[in-house]
Amino acid sequence: MEMLRFATAGSVDDGKSTLIGRLLYDTKTIFKDQMEAVERASEQMGLESTNLALLTDGLRAEREQGITIDVAYRYFATPRRKFIIADTPGHIQYTRNMITGASTADLAIILIDARHGVVEQSKRHAFLASLLGIPHIVVCINKMDLVDFDQDAYDAVAAEFRAFATRLDIHDLSFIPVSALLGDNVVDRSTNMDWYEGSSLLHHLENVHIASDRNMIDARLPVQYVLRPQSAEYPDYRGYAGQIVGGVLKPGDEVVVLPSGFESTIKSIDTYDGPLAEAYPPMSVAVQLTDDIDVSRGDMICRTQNRPSISQDIDAMVCWLDDAGSLRPRQKLAIKHTTRSARALVSDIQYRLNINTLHRDLGVDELKLNEIGRVKLRTTKPLFFDEYKRNRETGSFILIDEDTGNTVAAGMILDRNL
Amino acid sequence: MSTSYQLSHLEMLEAESIHIMREVAAEFERPVLLFSGGKDSVVVLHLAIKAFHPCKLPFPVMHIDTGHNFPEVIAFRDKAVEAAGARLIVASVQDSIDKGRVKEQTGPRASRNLLQTTTLLDAVEEHGFDAAFGGARRDEEKARAKERVFSFRDEFGQWDPKAQRPELWSLYNGRHRRGEHIRVFPISNWTELDIWQYVQKENIDLPSIYFSHERSVIERDGMLLGNTEFITLLDGEVPFEEVVRFRTIGDASCTGAVESDADTLDKIIEEVAATRITERGATRADDRVSEAAMEDRKKEGYF
Repeated sequence: MEMLRFATAGSVDDGKSTLIGRLLYDTKTIFKDQMEAVERASEQMGLESTNLALLTDGLRAEREQGITIDVAYRYFATPRRKFIIADTPGHIQYTRNMITGASTADLAIILIDARHGVVEQSKRHAFLASLLGIPHIVVCINKMDLVDFDQDAYDAVAAEFRAFATRLDIHDLSFIPVSALLGDNVVDRSTNMDWYEGSSLLHHLENVHIASDRNMIDARLPVQYVLRPQSAEYPDYRGYAGQIVGGVLKPGDEVVVLPSGFESTIKSIDTYDGPLAEAYPPMSVAVQLTDDIDVSRGDMICRTQNRPSISQDIDAMVCWLDDAGSLRPRQKLAIKHTTRSARALVSDIQYRLNINTLHRDLGVDELKLNEIGRVKLRTTKPLFFDEYKRNRETGSFILIDEDTGNTVAAGMILDRNL
Repeated sequence: MSTSYQLSHLEMLEAESIHIMREVAAEFERPVLLFSGGKDSVVVLHLAIKAFHPCKLPFPVMHIDTGHNFPEVIAFRDKAVEAAGARLIVASVQDSIDKGRVKEQTGPRASRNLLQTTTLLDAVEEHGFDAAFGGARRDEEKARAKERVFSFRDEFGQWDPKAQRPELWSLYNGRHRRGEHIRVFPISNWTELDIWQYVQKENIDLPSIYFSHERSVIERDGMLLGNTEFITLLDGEVPFEEVVRFRTIGDASCTGAVESDADTLDKIIEEVAATRITERGATRADDRVSEAAMEDRKKEGYF
């Protein structure tokens, strides 16, 4: 069985909780005791109907204030796939939450109310999904029951969204007319919209082709940990453990270790279950080399003919995630990239992006909470990276405030020449 | 498998968990693996063995022992830790009581479940642990559904759900000062069904009480509690024999059994796939106290 991670974007008003509730309910994932607890809580709050948002709003403060504070993870499975939902709240801290929840998503669902069409929030969601490089976007045009299941209403919203999406970097875009409340096109095909010939949302989630989404070209193994048992059974074993984040590695491959530049050959690719004939993302393995060279955590093993960029100067789209403080030129922060840690100096903020208009605001001197901008960084030691668009694992980093220890920013590396 | 270049869901979950455990071993000075002998911690121990093979585990294993145990589970614990070649630390709630750190609850419904938090935090401090692996899963409970894989704890061991660090890609932030620590949940994204499918795939041993057996039980609050020496019968409670199994293992005084004749992995997987009640809802009195019982305990430093 395959696994698919998807993020849902939208607010309660768009019917997001209803849609998730419907997916879980119709796939028999909501349990009886959970449903009873939600019914009890809804009744206690004096609500007329059961509020499915309470299924995910688990924290005391969320229940008290009727808001969603943080990303909630939900799980369900069908005979075809296991699904992980990152349910990101709509209003408050939207950008921070969506980036947190959607950074690893294979697919994003964007909900649009058929009556209101594409609103600013839909554009923001689409932009963030494109910025995060989520390979598949599904736009659910919801509340079709409130527009009499009318094809023209659906077509108009879809056309409007498509027009906006041409300005973004979206590779796979689908539209589905749904009524989350009544279940039309959520799990089963709707009988109210014969004009729609596509699949239901669940059918789409079960069948969307994700096998080609990973980078299978650029072999990359960031070294996490060196396995040296020095035991009687394994006196000379030295395995470089890590998760493959790109390409395919095989025994016999000629490889180079960065930053030293020493070249060697893969002797074996080991796991607890035995040696492998090849390793590919996202396998966690240990690699032995034929030569005894110095390799440690933070180094990267790749093919001699296909190396990442090696530089102390990084250009990136950076999103500031911290309530306290802001990103400013000359600021020093800790940076974590693959398994490598360093310090980074903000050498320049080139522009701030208005995520509603996609306009570039030049001449800004800080990035505040939830703001995104193009930033130049100088690091204390070289990083080994690929453009984020080419590889989400070797193209992403986080920035950490050295005083508080908090994760304050997320970065996506750009091609410096563009 | 190797021709399609697509891992199965269990292989992907395993790869993610191993990655998390290696990050901790590389970045922390004194990690510890919390081990109760329950299925989730057994899977975490199995993943640790796989992550560091052919090395021995680079951290010890610690059991927070309430003293209210099922004997089968303690026997299993010792066997499993020995097979892993790991060092076992037992931090005992009885010791905390004897030292006056906590006060034993009284009455027939007394439980040592809450007291574990003090024992755990004292042990973390005594041994100077800076990271503690736990087997919590996000599908278990709604507060856990919101918790990070790397969950920061302050010097009081407290979890602050409103001030969690954003956690992106597979980049985990383990920064902490002396006295603070990180709880690490490598199987956050696994469900109960994933655990059982993995147990079957990997042929992992579990305590026998997970499998259907006949046992003397009492019915209390709609749950079947094992009639152990730790239970004080209330008026009208009469022990009876029932064919049951345990879906979760915790303190014997508050962990319920479910009626079940699932005595093989195949039957358990079938049962778990079809069940309409969550495992904690079915079997944990400690979570029934209030809507936010788990969150409140976690804020105090619970697992």
